Amino acid sequence: MALVTCDNVTLSYDSKPVISNLSFSVFSGDYLCILGENGAGKSTLMKGILGLLKPVSGKIIYGDGLVRNEIGYLPQQSEIQRDFPASVKEVITSGCLNKCGILPFFKKSQKEAVRKNMELLGISELAGKCYQDLSGGQQQRVLLARALCAAEKLIVLDEPVAGLDPVVTNELYDFIKILNKKYNLSVIMVSHDVNGAIKNATHILHLDHDDMFYGTVKEYITGDFSKKFLTLDGGDNL
Amino acid sequence: MNIFSLMMSYPFMMRAVVVGVLVSLCAALLGVCLVLRKLSMIGDGLSHVGFGALAIASAFGLSPLEITIPIVIAAAFLLLRLTENSKIKGDSAIAIISTGALALGVIIISVSQKGNTDLNNYLFGSILAMSDGDMVLSIVLSAIVLILFILFYNKIFAVTFDEAFARATGTNTGFFNVLIAILTAVVIVVGMRMMGAMLISSLIIFPAITSMRLFKTFKPVIISSAVLSVICFLIGITISYVYATPTGASIVAVNIAALLLSLLIGKIIKR
Repeated sequence: MALVTCDNVTLSYDSKPVISNLSFSVFSGDYLCILGENGAGKSTLMKGILGLLKPVSGKIIYGDGLVRNEIGYLPQQSEIQRDFPASVKEVITSGCLNKCGILPFFKKSQKEAVRKNMELLGISELAGKCYQDLSGGQQQRVLLARALCAAEKLIVLDEPVAGLDPVVTNELYDFIKILNKKYNLSVIMVSHDVNGAIKNATHILHLDHDDMFYGTVKEYITGDFSKKFLTLDGGDNL
Repeated sequence: MNIFSLMMSYPFMMRAVVVGVLVSLCAALLGVCLVLRKLSMIGDGLSHVGFGALAIASAFGLSPLEITIPIVIAAAFLLLRLTENSKIKGDSAIAIISTGALALGVIIISVSQKGNTDLNNYLFGSILAMSDGDMVLSIVLSAIVLILFILFYNKIFAVTFDEAFARATGTNTGFFNVLIAILTAVVIVVGMRMMGAMLISSLIIFPAITSMRLFKTFKPVIISSAVLSVICFLIGITISYVYATPTGASIVAVNIAALLLSLLIGKIIKR
């Protein structure tokens, strides 16, 4: 059984359909990259997967015992966060909230999870630092640590490398790959970066207005669909 | 200290101090959330709606708090809806509602043949406005606000910092938005008659802004905001007692002084 199955899904944004009759599945251990231009419906699809947006028709089904509060999420940074007074620890701890239920405070096991995830991402020494004083790459690590606190089986990333420099981008890609391989966390990533997707993902879903592609990376590279995107992005080096 | 104990020997001053301390405390806590989410204008809009509701209550000889609280809570729902709706610009919607309520209030007060003193009291507050019943109600309401804030502290942080994440990971963000709006409405109504409809939103905005100059993480900002708000209130009301200045305006003046001081301290720390 797949973790997430989209069955003939149509999603609308502002009551205009942006995704029509889309079907695909994400299995445990998959690393799916959702590619596409602005306005192709990537973010809308992601909202659908996260359960924030109801499909107009079709179904988005969670399988393998996946529950909504076991999904980690790394959203794009918002305006508010840029001058928000919060410590790194406060931000990461807020990721445990979905494990609290109606309890008002965090349990010991959750504090332990926060400590572990900070260690994992190499940001333990930043714990008391102010979030707004960090570099873009560090902020992204903090948000990733927060997402890990919420994630059990699946992590959804919304353009995690946007606005980062190449070195930091590669570090982040490497880290996400470790999460996927070593910690067996399934990954769904929305991205603009075709080359990064080919190098790291196992599956590609490419939305291009009326056209779309879904398959493994190998099928994507060898198939016809990717040709215009790969040459555009200098993909002939591959 | 002598002045303070003398001041507290008047029952009306004692009531004003009790209500004022509680309102300052609650307003400061909620203020941090509202300011961070760029919703501070909602506080301002609600106080104007409160003024209109107060005018209606007094024109019909009804008990002020019981009429004003439901009306302002309803307005809070409406304003929150409007700011969430991207099609209508939130700030203009707030301006429309607040000026509309203000105009309506002024008309009702002048038609119901009461003099200018009343209008002045509503707009800029009166320390004599608090009855014993008001004080008890204020204590109960403030206690509810404080308890809810402490119980939901972690969730309020998460929703304020990143609503998208909180909602995606299963927190009912709509509930917390409504909760914050209702609590804000209650605090504004309770504090409005002492501080005045024009000035009550200063209690929401000033302590938060001042604290954010001094501290850069959430918990210290919240705590400093609450402490600062109470201290500014106590200094302000003492000044107004000693020099016979208007209470609400004096408290705002102390808050401005605190903000200027914090800007200065912030500059020095950075160097």
